[in-house]
Amino acid sequence: MNVAEVLGRKEVILQDSTGIDYAGYAHRGCGVDYEALMGCTGYNLDQVFQIQRGMGVGGTPLVELTNLTALVRRYAEPGKGARLFIKDEAANPSGSFKDRRASLPGHYAKHRGYPGVLAATSGNYGAAVACQAAKCSLPVIVVQEAFDSRGLGQPEILEKGRRCAAFGAEVMQLSVGPELFAVALATLEETGYFNGSLYTPFAVQGVETLGYELAEQTKAQTGKYPRMVMVTHAGGGNVTGTARGLRRAGAGNTEIVGVSVDLSGLHMASDSDFNRKSFTTGHTGFGIPFASWPDRSDVPFNAARSLRYLDSYCTVTQGEVFYITEALAQLEGLERGPAGNTSLAAACVLAADLDQDEVVVVQETEYTGAGKHPTAQLALARSLGIEITLGPRNLDKPGERIAIPENWQQLGVTPVDLDQLRRSYLRRAAAQQGTFSTADLDFVAEDLNTKRQWVEEQLHSIGEEDG
Amino acid sequence: MSKQTQWQWVEIERVLLTPQQRADHIPDDTKAVPLTMRAAGFLLDASAAPGDKARIQTPAGRIWEGTLLHRRVQPSHGFGAFLPELQAVGPTLRRALKGDGEH
Repeated sequence: MNVAEVLGRKEVILQDSTGIDYAGYAHRGCGVDYEALMGCTGYNLDQVFQIQRGMGVGGTPLVELTNLTALVRRYAEPGKGARLFIKDEAANPSGSFKDRRASLPGHYAKHRGYPGVLAATSGNYGAAVACQAAKCSLPVIVVQEAFDSRGLGQPEILEKGRRCAAFGAEVMQLSVGPELFAVALATLEETGYFNGSLYTPFAVQGVETLGYELAEQTKAQTGKYPRMVMVTHAGGGNVTGTARGLRRAGAGNTEIVGVSVDLSGLHMASDSDFNRKSFTTGHTGFGIPFASWPDRSDVPFNAARSLRYLDSYCTVTQGEVFYITEALAQLEGLERGPAGNTSLAAACVLAADLDQDEVVVVQETEYTGAGKHPTAQLALARSLGIEITLGPRNLDKPGERIAIPENWQQLGVTPVDLDQLRRSYLRRAAAQQGTFSTADLDFVAEDLNTKRQWVEEQLHSIGEEDG
Repeated sequence: MSKQTQWQWVEIERVLLTPQQRADHIPDDTKAVPLTMRAAGFLLDASAAPGDKARIQTPAGRIWEGTLLHRRVQPSHGFGAFLPELQAVGPTLRRALKGDGEH
């Protein structure tokens, strides 16, 4: 395979394999008509619900976390400590909310006559695509980054690969490297399969039902919409789909809080850093770059655009997520996988500042098991010389030391400045675009969920800094 | 599935890109090693032993050739050993919930 040659055919391969004419939605300058692109699937929300029900997807329980709420209140100021709920997305067929994301790609591929579906992902999404395609009687190929140059596999990714295979997928497990994208493109070209990318409007629209359901369930169970919805943030699809669903349900005032595990300092494309990460998704290695430049994805325009929807964003440490994973199992009887527990860890901190009659919803859980369990990750970390210690979050250093809190009061969050991410986006846009038309400025302001005047001021200051 | 002689589920490995063929803008440690692929499927060459070249047919029906890694594939991931640091979390928090304090 010649990487440059394959990448040179990218536009045609992506158009053929998604059926989306991205150029048709583009403005003359930067950006696209976003809502028109999101509508290109041809499905409305009722149809998405109907398709998902037919596939056994959605309708998951919203569970009140009464014991964790009691703990929050025990250490909060008097009268403080919001009610905590979690949407038990592990109840979906392949064990995560990713079934929602995979449902439309599967349905669309089947009805448009594609001979199969391909997904390039190391996450639960591969298992979800394999699961949905099995139900649609379509073959599946999943391309995963799974092991380092020594052949050492990341246990969580190995489990996800096993699950893909359990649903009948061909799993191409690759060593570390961004050329995975070119491998996926070449495979799409060879097979003519549908590109079940995480970042098409199909994949993002499928998550809208999650936001809609949780808004309705929260209203039914508490009499109000949530004050905050906590979303584990990586590529942005979870944030985007959930927020859009909440708005459609009428919960437009609910605050959308993104949360990622702090993996700062570890390089995402480094062979030697690969297994020093104890989390494979929902971490800053995806969350920060995808927020500040969503179009780094595997499609010409990413439908998942977190800065449009995030009201705030914070990070937690690996040790904190392991701690809260144990707490969820032992105090709430929910033994669940890592992804949703990232936002749960932050929810337990932020709920302490809210009044007791407020509601905070953690919008996902995922299944757990071999490879995904904290002990599997910590055993690998320790075998690689990473120190496991008890102590506060400031001891945690990704790739070198994992600090598990000694007590509840050691839980915390680190805020991420969204304006700094917006500036990073603008710096990149300015480098690509040069000058901005009125339409460009309007698009960028909308894409960054900010005012046009702020965009103009920032572009001016970036221009001065760059001389 | 017409070509395989038995339902023998095996794993092969092959090099997709040599270090010289790898992309330009990647970290040095990654660029120094090949991009390799592992895939599992039904063995088409019944007599192949680990280390031999062998062909497989995948569940998607594609045929791959590579070096046979295992004739009997078994997941290598598990749960890892129990850790005192984690075992303490549940009992400590249950005590805190009862108002007994955390220490």
